[in-house]
Amino acid sequence: MIALEHFLVLGAALFCIGIYGVLARRNAVLILMSIELMLNAVNINLVAFAMYLRPGEFVGQVFAIFVIAVAAAEVGLGLAIVLRLYRNRASVNVDEIDLLKW
Amino acid sequence: MSATLVLFYLLGAACLLGGLGVVASRRVIHCALFLLLSLVSVAGLYLLLSADFLALVQVLIYGGAVTIVLLFALMLTRVTDLTTRLDNPQKPLALVAALALFLILVATVAFTPWGPQAPERVELVALGRSLFSQWAVPFEIASVVLLVALIGALVIARPEEDQ
Repeated sequence: MIALEHFLVLGAALFCIGIYGVLARRNAVLILMSIELMLNAVNINLVAFAMYLRPGEFVGQVFAIFVIAVAAAEVGLGLAIVLRLYRNRASVNVDEIDLLKW
Repeated sequence: MSATLVLFYLLGAACLLGGLGVVASRRVIHCALFLLLSLVSVAGLYLLLSADFLALVQVLIYGGAVTIVLLFALMLTRVTDLTTRLDNPQKPLALVAALALFLILVATVAFTPWGPQAPERVELVALGRSLFSQWAVPFEIASVVLLVALIGALVIARPEEDQ
C-alpha cells in the first residue's frame, strides 16, 4: 500500500531536479528538457491528489491531460524559437542571448 | 513490503535517475535519452495510480513525440562539440536553491494532515464522459491552443524570405 506522501515527495524531488536544471544549464534545449521534468512532477502530484483525496472526481486527471497538451504546445513553440535563434546567432546558449540586456 | 511498494520504489528511482541524468550529463544526446527514461517511468507511476489513460497519453506524447522533437532540435542546433560548457557559472547557487525548495516541500508534505486516503479505481469510460461533458469547453480550448501553437511554430521556424 503506497501512501500519498510517497508520490508527493517523489514529485517534489523531480520538481527540484527540474528547477536545478533550468537554473544551472546553459543550452536552451536542455532548459526545455528540465521544464518538461517540472511539468511531469506537477502531473504526478495532480494525479496522486485526484486518486487519493477525490477518487470520485476527475479534476486531477483532466488537469493532467490539459498540462500535457499545453506542454506539447510549449515544446513545439520553444523549439521553433530555439531553431530561429540558432539561425540568427549561431548559438543556443542562453547567456549569449543578451540583446535586451543593458 | 508489498509488491506495489517495490514497484513504486523501482519506478521512482528510475524517474529520479533519469532526471539527474538530464541535469548532470555532459552529452546532450545522453540528456535526451535520460529524459526518455524519466518520462517512461512516470508513465509506470500513472499505472500504479491506476490512471491508465494518462499512462497511455504519457507514453504516446512524451515518450514518442516530445523526445523525438527534442532530439531533432539537438540535431539541428549541432551542439555536439564537447568543448562548449553546458552549465552556467551560477551552478552552486542553483544547487542551493533547488535543495532549499526540496526541504521546504518535504517539510510541508510531512507536517500536513492528509486525512482519509482511499485510492480508488476509476473507469476509463467515466473519465471520457466527464472530459466530454463537464470539461467540454476547456477541452475545445485546449485544441485551439494546440492549433495556435502549431501555426505559431510554423511561422517562427519558417526560413527567411527575401524582403
